Amino acid sequence: MKFRGKIVDGACLNHFTRISNMIAKLAKTCTLRISPDKLNFILCDKLANGGVSMWCELEQENFFSEFQMEGFSAENNEIYLELTSENLSRALKTAQNARALKIKLTNKHFPCLTVSVELFSMSSSTRIATHDIPIKVIPRKLWKDLQEPMVPDPDVSIYLPVLKTMKSVVEKMKNISSHLVIEANRDGELNLKIETELVCVTTHFKDLGNPPLASESTSQDRNPEHMAEVHIDIRKLLQFLAGQQVNPTKALCNIVTNKMVHFHLLHEDVSLQYFIPALS
Amino acid sequence: MGAEPAGAVRGKGPRARRPRRAGQCWPWFGRRGSMKCLVTGSNVKVLGKAVHSLSRIGDELYLEPLEDGLSLRTVNSSRSAYACFLFAPLFFQQYQATTPGQDLLRCKILMKSFLSVFRSLVMLEKTVEKCCISLNGQSSRLVVQLHCKFGVRKTHNLSFQDCESLQAVFDPALCPHVLRAPARVLGEAVLPFPPALAEVTLGIGRGCRVILRSYHEEDADSTVRAMVTEVCLGEEDFQQLQAQEGAAITFCLKEFRGLLSFAESANLNLCIHFDAPGRPAIFTVKDSLLDGHFVLATLSETDSYSQDLGSLERHRPVPQLQAHSTPHPDDFANDDIDSYMIAMETTIGNEGSRALPSISLSPGPQPPQSPGSPSEEEDEAEPSTVPGTPPPKKVGAEGEGGGGGGGGEGSRLQNSLVPSSSARCSSAPSWPP
Repeated sequence: MKFRGKIVDGACLNHFTRISNMIAKLAKTCTLRISPDKLNFILCDKLANGGVSMWCELEQENFFSEFQMEGFSAENNEIYLELTSENLSRALKTAQNARALKIKLTNKHFPCLTVSVELFSMSSSTRIATHDIPIKVIPRKLWKDLQEPMVPDPDVSIYLPVLKTMKSVVEKMKNISSHLVIEANRDGELNLKIETELVCVTTHFKDLGNPPLASESTSQDRNPEHMAEVHIDIRKLLQFLAGQQVNPTKALCNIVTNKMVHFHLLHEDVSLQYFIPALS
Repeated sequence: MGAEPAGAVRGKGPRARRPRRAGQCWPWFGRRGSMKCLVTGSNVKVLGKAVHSLSRIGDELYLEPLEDGLSLRTVNSSRSAYACFLFAPLFFQQYQATTPGQDLLRCKILMKSFLSVFRSLVMLEKTVEKCCISLNGQSSRLVVQLHCKFGVRKTHNLSFQDCESLQAVFDPALCPHVLRAPARVLGEAVLPFPPALAEVTLGIGRGCRVILRSYHEEDADSTVRAMVTEVCLGEEDFQQLQAQEGAAITFCLKEFRGLLSFAESANLNLCIHFDAPGRPAIFTVKDSLLDGHFVLATLSETDSYSQDLGSLERHRPVPQLQAHSTPHPDDFANDDIDSYMIAMETTIGNEGSRALPSISLSPGPQPPQSPGSPSEEEDEAEPSTVPGTPPPKKVGAEGEGGGGGGGGEGSRLQNSLVPSSSARCSSAPSWPP
């Protein structure tokens, strides 16, 4: 298996760094899937992750000026690697004002993803910082668990409010309750509710707008004001919101009543999907 | 001529009527003189930064005003790092090491206490106009007074212990390898490393490239490998580069960062003198008003992985470093740093102990030779220590001050009040059991 890529554009480098920072906040360990056209950061819904799953996708040609890969085999031309997300974001932090960044799969004493950053230096000589990120190659037989999650038809689909606002609300709610109800309707209304013996707190967001329904069959003549709700662990929601340092280009929330909430964000051209299951 | 009235004092002339100078102590209160230094303007922040730097190394600050200047020294609990700043008399607006005819002061203060005076560098820069450090010969408190804007005066009375002079025995001139670069260059080079990284390997790779690589101890149990970071600098970044290809040492990055941040803020060049792995590395900064030395122990034996410093970007074969021929115990604390590092000097005449050619940090006069037998010194030691603190340790004991030297298995100091060649360290030190 081979992989090498090079990023020379400053804006692309910064964007890639921001994405990796976000991933580092969302998942301690994640899977990086490399295919000829795309890079994916994947977190599958294992018990260890608390049932949360994540699927982040970016088109490689939007970032890399050079990109070559050779997957497991010709029919399975993909590479799945497991790594500690913070390592990648820390390595990329070095590249803030770099001339160029090279990333490649190497095997020096242990398999790693080597990030090589060419820095500007006052003198004529180049200064190079190299980071060897230890990785684990994921065997072919486990790839089936790491596929793009199926998104069930949502009961309600709604655009999210400003994430920063949502985050500060949820942060305060976390001190009161460990679980939260997120509910929304087709009238552009979204509520965050917490309830304890002593107190109930609800934050109402209005006029959010709903995307056009994908399929008519799910509508079922339901009253547009009818709320679809799901109980989730408040910390998981907070972790998701904390990862969003920059306001996304587009942010969508899909609720499947009593099953899960699915967030779909678009950061420029990078798509992030995050699934939080309902509390049983 | 009648009888003098009772109680009249017969004048002895002008001399008797001269008002007593502040801090002048009468001989019978003890031999310790008074010290006074006054730091003004931007030098206050420089002093503060130096203290911050030293606080990265040790928990106790040894303050010694010498004829050459004010010396601030510290050593870490395992005796694997020593740091010293010497501020020349010109650094101060006023500098008085001691009152004439009196012994030089040597005192030891809790680093935490001294640092608390200089805690906020921003505050030092913005509001402090003058800093006065003084010790009245009779008092038991070191007084640090900050004269700030708007007439505010902050006075800190710090308790201290009398101590022996802390001196390291080392000589940069004996080190075959030297690197010199502006601190800024080294500061930038160290940026990519994680702040928590403990150790780093510095070496010379192919084509005279200087390579810094993160060092992690091989932990057989740990399943999670650490990320390895490497920075490669070209020869042109250095003002002086006198080292063989393949030479490499591994030392504590955290301790080095202490000196580095000081050097960066003072815009100085930093010089690294080093020898074979296991021998201490000496980091120095210097300008007309001050000089700083940090002496750090290096790992005596590193495995071949961390010795491989190849330039990665061109896939050239990695230069193999010479295996260290003399077998050393593979134990960071037990390397022969001890023979080079700190030798506790005593107040007694030290001819015997100074047999080793060495450059001690106070190249000026030796600590005053007190006339008299050793026993007189021992007796004197007791009363001059701060009441309540344990007396200086006697022969054969290890560690320093109360509570033993902490640090556990670190290399220990031979602290002997009797000068003897066995206390000197040209051969392997004898370890206390």
